[in-house]
Amino acid sequence: MSVEPHYTLYHPRWYRRRVSVWWWLQKRSYTGFVLRELTSVFVAFFAALSLWQLVALARGPEAYGRFLSRLGTPLFLVLDAVVFLFVLFHAITWFNLTPKAMVVRLRGKRAPDWAIVGLNYAAWLVVSGAVAFVLLRG
Amino acid sequence: MLERITPLLWLLFSAGGTVAALLFPIHVLLTGLAFPLGWLEPPSYEVAHRLLTHPVTRLYLFVLISLPLFHWAHRFRYTLYDGLQLKHLTALIAVLCYGAALLGTAMTAYLLWNI
Repeated sequence: MSVEPHYTLYHPRWYRRRVSVWWWLQKRSYTGFVLRELTSVFVAFFAALSLWQLVALARGPEAYGRFLSRLGTPLFLVLDAVVFLFVLFHAITWFNLTPKAMVVRLRGKRAPDWAIVGLNYAAWLVVSGAVAFVLLRG
Repeated sequence: MLERITPLLWLLFSAGGTVAALLFPIHVLLTGLAFPLGWLEPPSYEVAHRLLTHPVTRLYLFVLISLPLFHWAHRFRYTLYDGLQLKHLTALIAVLCYGAALLGTAMTAYLLWNI
């Protein structure tokens, strides 16, 4: 009588349902998740634009002027409007998530979520004002 | 290798996400919309160049460009895995994403150092 069990080298395939690449369109919360993840593309776009601005500034006044007038073309205006909406979406979702990512304790008690979120928005306001002040007043 | 530096990558992701959340909306609003549409006057070349000669501005711009690039690299990597189900291309996607962020960082550092 054979006691040797029969092993297969590879385990049999598990049953897995195929999921469509468009799974995130089936539910609003899924769509929100994917849109939030896609904000990173627009963040990278603006980082690249800032890098391009640095290149123009390094080349001289003419290159900087060309850069500024390029930003005034319809293509860039439409792109930047979309970038602004996505960057805003990133900022709002990011601030609202901070109390979940970072738990702050004060005298042994957990600081309420609204306080942490509120501090984020306050910092956002102050920092944005400072950037605008420097860019507008030189 | 990738597993060993994962904590560092998450740190860069969240630092870059915070920088982008706090600073990008106002920069996009001004540089991308308010200046080109003529709502407000953009800084002249002289003003922009004078700002750039200050070390604090250079450090600021380095942080402003580099960290959000790493934020993108990390988040976009997972977007590709989950959204397009490209789990089998893990190594290639990681090299392309973090490589692009490193390249952008090197270019930024080079430009800021030589301006």
